[in-house]
This record gives sequence, C-alpha cells and structure tokens, in this order.
Amino acid sequence: MMKAGLKRSNAPIFWGLFGAGGMLSALFGPVLVFITGIAVPLGLLLPKGAMSYPKMQAFAQNFIGKSFIFAVIALFLWFAAHRIFHSLHEIGIHAGLGAKLICYGSAFASTVIAAYVLLVLGF
Amino acid sequence: MSENHKIIEIEVLRYNPESDDEPHLEVYKVPFSDDMSVLQGAQYIKDNFDGSLTFRWSCRMAICGSCGMMINGIPKLSCETFLRDYYPSRIRIEAMANFPIEKDLVVDLSGFIEKLESIQPYIIAKEPRTLEQGEYLQTPEEFNRYIQFTSCINCTLCYAACPQFGLNPDFIGPAAIALLHRYNMDSRDGAAAQRMELVASEEGVFNCSAVGYCSEVCPKHVDPANAVNINKTNAAKDYFLRFLSPKGGSK
Repeated sequence: MMKAGLKRSNAPIFWGLFGAGGMLSALFGPVLVFITGIAVPLGLLLPKGAMSYPKMQAFAQNFIGKSFIFAVIALFLWFAAHRIFHSLHEIGIHAGLGAKLICYGSAFASTVIAAYVLLVLGF
Repeated sequence: MSENHKIIEIEVLRYNPESDDEPHLEVYKVPFSDDMSVLQGAQYIKDNFDGSLTFRWSCRMAICGSCGMMINGIPKLSCETFLRDYYPSRIRIEAMANFPIEKDLVVDLSGFIEKLESIQPYIIAKEPRTLEQGEYLQTPEEFNRYIQFTSCINCTLCYAACPQFGLNPDFIGPAAIALLHRYNMDSRDGAAAQRMELVASEEGVFNCSAVGYCSEVCPKHVDPANAVNINKTNAAKDYFLRFLSPKGGSK
C-alpha cells in the first residue's frame, strides 16, 4: 500500500530552473564565451565596435535584448547553483540548509540584482 | 581440484553480527578453472575453508537476482562474473554497498521490499471489466511501451550503485521506480495519478541527480535511470499543472 504522510517535494521549481538554465547554457554558453571572451577582445570575425558601449546600451534598453540578458544571467546562475549544490551532495559534503542557502541564495540575489540593473537602465 | 589448476586470491568481507564489532577482510587462496564464476569461488571457500561463509545464490544463470555483490568495488552478479577475468590479480568481494549487512555477503533487503510494495506493483484497472466483457486487450505497440521495464530481477545492484540512495536510504530508488513506471505505462492500468503521490514526494524521483550508474550496472538492461528521469518530467508537470486538472491523485 501507499505510504502515509508523504510530503510533496518542492524540487520541481529548482529542477525546472535548472533544466531551463541547462538548456540555455548548452545553446548559448559556448557562443557567448566565444563572442565576449575571444572574438571581440581579439577583433576576430565580428565588425569593429560590435560590443561598443552605445550598442550594448541600446541592446539592454530594447525589451527583447533586456529579456535575453536577464534570462542568460538568471537562468545560468540557477543552473550553476543547482549543479554545485548536488555535486556537493555527491562528493559527500552533506549539503544541509547552509549549502542550500549559499547556492540558491546567491542565484536568487543575482537574479534580483540583474532585474534591478536592467530596469534602471530604462527602455 | 587437480594440481594443475591456477590459484587466485579472493579477499572476502566477513562480518558475524554475534562476534564482530565491524566487518573485516579475509583472504583465501582458491584453485580455479577457466569456467568458474566468482560465485563458484565463494562456494569453494564455503566447502573447503570456512563453512560459516554466508551468501545468497540460487539459479547460477543471472535470472534470480540473488547473488549480487561488490566485486572489486563494482556491483555485479557473481554468477556471471568469471574468476579468469581477474587472475592473476587478487579479487575482492564484499556485501552490496548502501545496504546494512546481516552476515558476510548477505544484506538486509527489507527496506527494498517495503519500497516495492509501496509503488503498488500490480495493474489497477483503468476501466474494470466483468467476466462477460472478456479479457483486457492490448496492441503490440501498447505492449512495447512497458516491456523493457518488466525485465527487472530485483537484484538491487542499482541500489548498490546509486550514490543518492547511499546518502538517503528513504529514496524510493531505481528498481522500484522502474517497476512503478512499468505499471504507469501499461495501457490497462489507470493508477498513475495515485502513484504520483510517491513519485513527487520527498522520497521520490527528485533525489536522483542523473548519475546514471544504476543503468550501467543493470544486468537486465532495464535502464532505471531513464524511468526515473521520465518521471521527473511527469512530476514537474504534475507540480505546476495540478491546479488546472483537479483529477490528479496527489495533494
């Protein structure tokens, strides 16, 4: 028979953010590293000033650009937080409330900061 | 055994609950032939060196699921693992990891049996039929959806492999979830919503961190990791959509 007193897990929230972030980072992570870390600093492939301040500011003030920046920052962080939290668990650091707060807390704080900064930049 | 047999050293984890405080290793020099399994090695020790050595076995052909043990640290059925593949190195056999040891290589499986019962491993008819209405029919396509998950022999090697079960023994675990999935996927069954309460619970699928070692050690290719991860998606859907469909069995 079914066990009594089962408590529903809240994991789907974190697992959902993790899944979304994982998908996004797999799709965009490598190319973002290439553009921001290699192509632009070394002046490869992309036109000069591709990431100049006015261009980036315009990008961040556009609603779609803003949404993209927010999703990439926030979901990447939720993905990383979840992965780190579970990796701690697997290497035997019995991740209690403290580890949970640090991992998910930093993702939450960064999400709030990213949202704030993007909103302050205006439309 | 004749003189020309090779000799392999078998290191065995011994534990007698009546006299030992903790398990310890003992080494036996076992003569073997190329067709001898690790299980036969253990039987040789029991017959010739120490009759008190305790281990489970029955069919000797990877069907009954009784003779699982850690062989050089890897969960395997000892009947289908051969001494020749380890010779000339020493081979170490231990009780399955993550379970309490009862004696020597025998572990306490009562927790696993309770989990098996808890998933309601039987068909709960979607539309009960009377005798007059005849049998429950199923197409080959419907049959193919669950047949893979029926192959489990309850050897529990996947539990010995699962790091998450090792950390949280309340986790329902790979084999039980694979069997749960088998019934959920059966077109004759209608109890997936009832089973969801367990799947979505704190003992349920979200304990899994997708290591996948369970499927790797499974001697029957059941792929429990796949069953667990399909049910993560199901549980996440149930979590977010439960307010839209009031029919769900879970709270």
